[in-house]
Formats: sequence, structure tokens, C-alpha cells
Amino acid sequence: MIKKMTDLKTEYRYPTILLKQLVITDFKLRYKGSALGYVWTLLRPLALFAVLYVVFAQLLRFGSDIPHFAVYLLLGVVLWNYFVEVTSNGLSAIVGRGDLMRKLYFPRYVIVLSGSFSALINLLINLLVVGVFMTISGVEITVGILWIIPLIFELFIFALSIAFLLGALYVKFRDINYIWEVILQAGFYATPIIYPISMVISISPMAAKIMLLSPVAQTIQDIRYFVITPETITISSLYSNTAMHLIPIGMVAIVTAVGVLYFKKRAPSFAEEV
Amino acid sequence: MDKKIAISVDNVSKDFRLPHERVDSIKSLFVNPFKSRGEVKVQHALSNISFDVKKGEFFGIVGRNGSGKSTLLKVIAGIYQPTDGKILVNGRLVPFIELGVGFNPELTGFENVFLNGALMGFTDKEIKEKYEDIVKFAELQDFMDQKLKNYSSGMQVRLAFSVATILAESDILLIDEVLAVGDADFQRKCFSYFKKLKKENKTVLFVSHDMNAIREYCDKVVVIEENEIIFSGSSSDAAKEYTKLLSPDTYDQENAIVHAANRSKKEGKWGVGGVDINNLKTNNKLYKESDSYIEIYYQISPEENFDDKVIPGITIKNEKGESVCGTNTEILSMSKMHIKDKTIGTTWKVPNIFNEGIYFIEPAVISGTSRQTLQWWNDAISFRVINSKSSPHQVAPDISVKQDTVA
Repeated sequence: MIKKMTDLKTEYRYPTILLKQLVITDFKLRYKGSALGYVWTLLRPLALFAVLYVVFAQLLRFGSDIPHFAVYLLLGVVLWNYFVEVTSNGLSAIVGRGDLMRKLYFPRYVIVLSGSFSALINLLINLLVVGVFMTISGVEITVGILWIIPLIFELFIFALSIAFLLGALYVKFRDINYIWEVILQAGFYATPIIYPISMVISISPMAAKIMLLSPVAQTIQDIRYFVITPETITISSLYSNTAMHLIPIGMVAIVTAVGVLYFKKRAPSFAEEV
Repeated sequence: MDKKIAISVDNVSKDFRLPHERVDSIKSLFVNPFKSRGEVKVQHALSNISFDVKKGEFFGIVGRNGSGKSTLLKVIAGIYQPTDGKILVNGRLVPFIELGVGFNPELTGFENVFLNGALMGFTDKEIKEKYEDIVKFAELQDFMDQKLKNYSSGMQVRLAFSVATILAESDILLIDEVLAVGDADFQRKCFSYFKKLKKENKTVLFVSHDMNAIREYCDKVVVIEENEIIFSGSSSDAAKEYTKLLSPDTYDQENAIVHAANRSKKEGKWGVGGVDINNLKTNNKLYKESDSYIEIYYQISPEENFDDKVIPGITIKNEKGESVCGTNTEILSMSKMHIKDKTIGTTWKVPNIFNEGIYFIEPAVISGTSRQTLQWWNDAISFRVINSKSSPHQVAPDISVKQDTVA
């Protein structure tokens, strides 16, 4: 057993060193040359949030039935951006690092992982901002907030699996990035981020039910439920059945299996094809 | 696996599948889903390669451009998967396919050391321990806080080489010939590094087509031609085998490449001026054992108002930038020629005492009165020598020997 542990340690020594260094480098390089630097990590979602808030909450009067709608909106935007960042980073990871692949052997998954960890760091910084807004807005914080950890983990795994799949596909099919761009664009509006899901229910309860089956919509709503307000409509409350969670979780499991297996199968030939 | 074996290459083949029409877009998949897209051209890069590298061995792989030697190195490094066969590596392996892998121009020298080190598998702690040595060896103490994009290309290479050689004290090293390209100064550093590796009994797999380096350092050599091993044995036998493969044409071509690489760094004439060296030529580009002389010619043209006695000379350097031989008219006790207005020509006949390799000629003119260098032309022209009786010394003159039994 002890021997097993040391074996694991040597096996993952190199990937760990590499992952750490790549994440650090990525972080250092991200805002090199820009005057405000890391402040942009915060400014970007805040600016988007400001636009969305003025247009949808103030002008179109969305979410007037939801308490703390501003923070509710911000949290949704931050989580969606995180999903976008992980998948987009993953998509271009392998092709973007083609020069490295041709000159060095290293476990290829490290490249995709490093992109996702950079995004995770950004998410944590952004969540701090959300925290500040929550305090200003007077949101009541309960123990239930701890649910955020497994829920973000679920979102992370889902995004990462898609990243693996896209990254490997992109080596062979260079159309993928355009397709994914469109899917993300559509996904942004098909997910209850800027509008409350109650608006969809009032038009078509069936559509709302289908929308919440998406792992991204499910996690965003669940996180809002635990963090902002228990009045949030989640997949459990919409179906009046907690077990319905198994469908999005099952989807995550399937995407993970497909993504990881496909990536594993393709990884050995990245160096020659990229 | 035998404990004495460092790398075992067992019947390895590598094919590259090159589709005639690459399916790069999904559209082509949809437009013609049933049409066979299987028009794939298979290119054999390696066929049934087998050899063992023992621990502590300096092992050479020689072959012409395109013979498959770099592919072999990449397969051993794990970058490419072999199509067939097995590769076993016993120990920690560090590949030098290229220097400064992952170097980022936006990062400082300091940051790049850690990034490059991590790519080679070293922790921050391990790199910190040797950081001082790396900087000292690269002679870049004052530049480590600067961004890499502000480095000259020479400084970048120095840093990369320094990281690679000081950090990588691993058991097995794969070294591609790219390492040995650069100016004379850099090559000297490379070769002294090789000497150090040899002294420390490291296992080294060295890919090159520089027969001098192979002969000097390698214990065992395989020659690859057309994807297959055609010879395996001692370095001097391999050198003979390899020379057979080369026609004078290929020599000239490779000569030009090496020459260009060497020239890029220290090109040019220097000196206080007054005269100009021109029309430099040799009677040949390639010399064999049957050629007993290398004839060099150049002209010295005075500038206007120049009026002085001069001492013309030549220096011949080898690939490592070491002076092999040379002379001038003063050494030869000739009268100093007076130059004014008219161009003079000089012809030099150098006996062919050279080892196999590439040599560079540097003509120079010194003032006979002030003894200042009027003009010196670095690495001005090169020639190549093929010699089956090459020795590991600076030159290979025809030395005769007589052996007698003394009663």
C-alpha cells in the first residue's frame, strides 16, 4: 500500500509541477501590458453586469418579483462566464500549444487542466465581488451556502469534460470553434441568467422544465437558491421532486465519460496532427 | 529489463498517415458522408529499428537529412507514438530537441527560467538551488529582471543553454544536433558540455551529422539511411560508412547551411581600415585525401590616400572556432609589400593536413609600420574536407611510422 502511494507520487510529480507553473504563467501573462492589470478580472464581469442590469432590470423591469435581483443577476453572469471561460480555454488549448507538443512529451491533459484552473481562480475572485455586493444588498447568509462547493464542483466537471472533448475535436475539425461560439451565444439566452425562469413558466411551463434540465441552468439556479434567496425556482421545486437532479447529474456523467475517453484516445497523436 | 540498459528500442516502426485531402471541416463530412475519405498516403519514417543503449554510453545516431533520425529521437522522447514496436527507458530522461522550449517573450528572464525548468520536470525548489549557477553560466546577471523580448537572440540562446545544461543533471539525455548550431563561441561551450557529460558517465543519445563530434564523443554509433539502420558499431567505422553515403553534391549543400549558420553571428570585416580584402576564393569547395593542397586567393585594394607597407595573412579555423593553422608574410620572412593606388593579389598554398570537417578561412592585413590590424575578415569563406584517416587531434598530417622488433 505504501509503495502504491509513492508510485502515485512519482507518476503525478511531473504533471503537478507543470500544471502549477502553467497556471502561474497564465495568470502572469493575462493582463501583461494593460494599465489596470488584474483589476480587469473584476471590471469585466462588473461592466457586463452593469449593462445587463440597466437594460433588463431597470428598463425592462425583469425580476421585480425576486429579492436582491441585482446580486442574483451578477451571480448568474459570473457563473456563466466561468463556464464560457473553461470551455473556450479548453477548445484552443491543444492547438494553441502545438509548438510545445512537437518538442516535448508531457501528459497532454495538463494543458487543458491549466486553462480550467486559471478560470477557477478567476471565478473565486469574482465570487468575492459577489460576496461584497451581497453584504451591501443585505442578503441573509445561511449554512446552506456551503452547498456552493459541490455545485461549483459539478459545474467545473461539466465544463472541464466539454473542454476535453472540444480541445481534442478541434485538432481535427477546425470548424468547432465557430460552432461552439454559436452554441454559447444560444446557451446564454436559453439559460435563465438575465431573466427569471418565472417569465418562461408564465409562457410555457414545459419549456421551463426542459431548460432546467441543463446542468448549467440547474447549477446556477441551485447556487442562487442557497446563496441569494430560497425563492429561486430550482429543478426540485419546478418538478416538485428532488430526484430530478439525477438527470442533469447523469448528463454530466455521460459528457465526462465521452470527453475523457475521446481525449485519451486522441492524445497520443496530438503531436503529429496539431 | 537488464539493469545495465538505459534505453531499449525494440523493433520500432513509425508511419505517418498523410491524407491527400485533409478533412478539416465538418462540412466535407456531411456533404459526402459515403465517399471514401480513405485516400491516405502512408509515409514510413522508421522501419524496424532496434538497438540498446547501455548506461553510461555516449550513443550516436547519424544520418542524412530526412533519413528519420529526428523522428527516432522524438519517438524515444515519447512525443510520437511508435506505430509498431516498443521502447523502454530505464531512468529519468530529459530531451533537448530544442533549446528554450516554452520561452515566453513577455516574461522576464527569471520567470522564464522557472517555466522552462518546469517543462523539463523540475520543481521550483530544485530550480532555486541552481538558479545562481544558471545566471552565472549564462553571464546575464544584470538582465534577469528584463523581459525576454528585450534580449538579443544570443542572450536568449545563452539563457536557454544554461538552463538546460545546469539543470538537467538527469540520467539520460537526448540531444539533437540543433544544440551544436550557433557561433563558434557557442559551439565551444557545447563541446565542453559534452566533455563534461562524458566525464560524468552520463547516458547520452546524440543525433548529428557532424562526423567530427560523433567521432570524438560517441562510443557506439548507428547509421540510419532511408528509415533503416544500415550500420551499427564503433564511431570510426560508422564515419566511414556515413561518408560513403555522401556525394560531393550533398556536401556542398550541407556546407552552405552550416556556413550560413556560422556566418549569421559574427559576420563581417573589422579593423582600422585603409585597405579592403576582396575576391576571396579557394580552388575548390570540397577536398579529398587525394588533394594535397588547398589554394586560397584574395586581393587587397587600398583606399584613396593609402600609402603603407602591409603584412597579409590567413588563419584557418575549425567548426569549433579553434585556430588550426595560419601564417603571414612576416612569419614567412618575406619583404613587406608597399601598397599605394594599386590592388595586389595574394595566393596561399596550404598543405592538406586537415581532419574531416568544415573549415573557415579568415584573411587579414596588418600594417607593417604601425602594426595595427587594417582589416580582418571573420569566417569569410569555408571549405570541407573528407578524410578517412581522421584523427581526434587538431590536424591529420601524413605521419609515417616504422616498426621494428628490437632484439
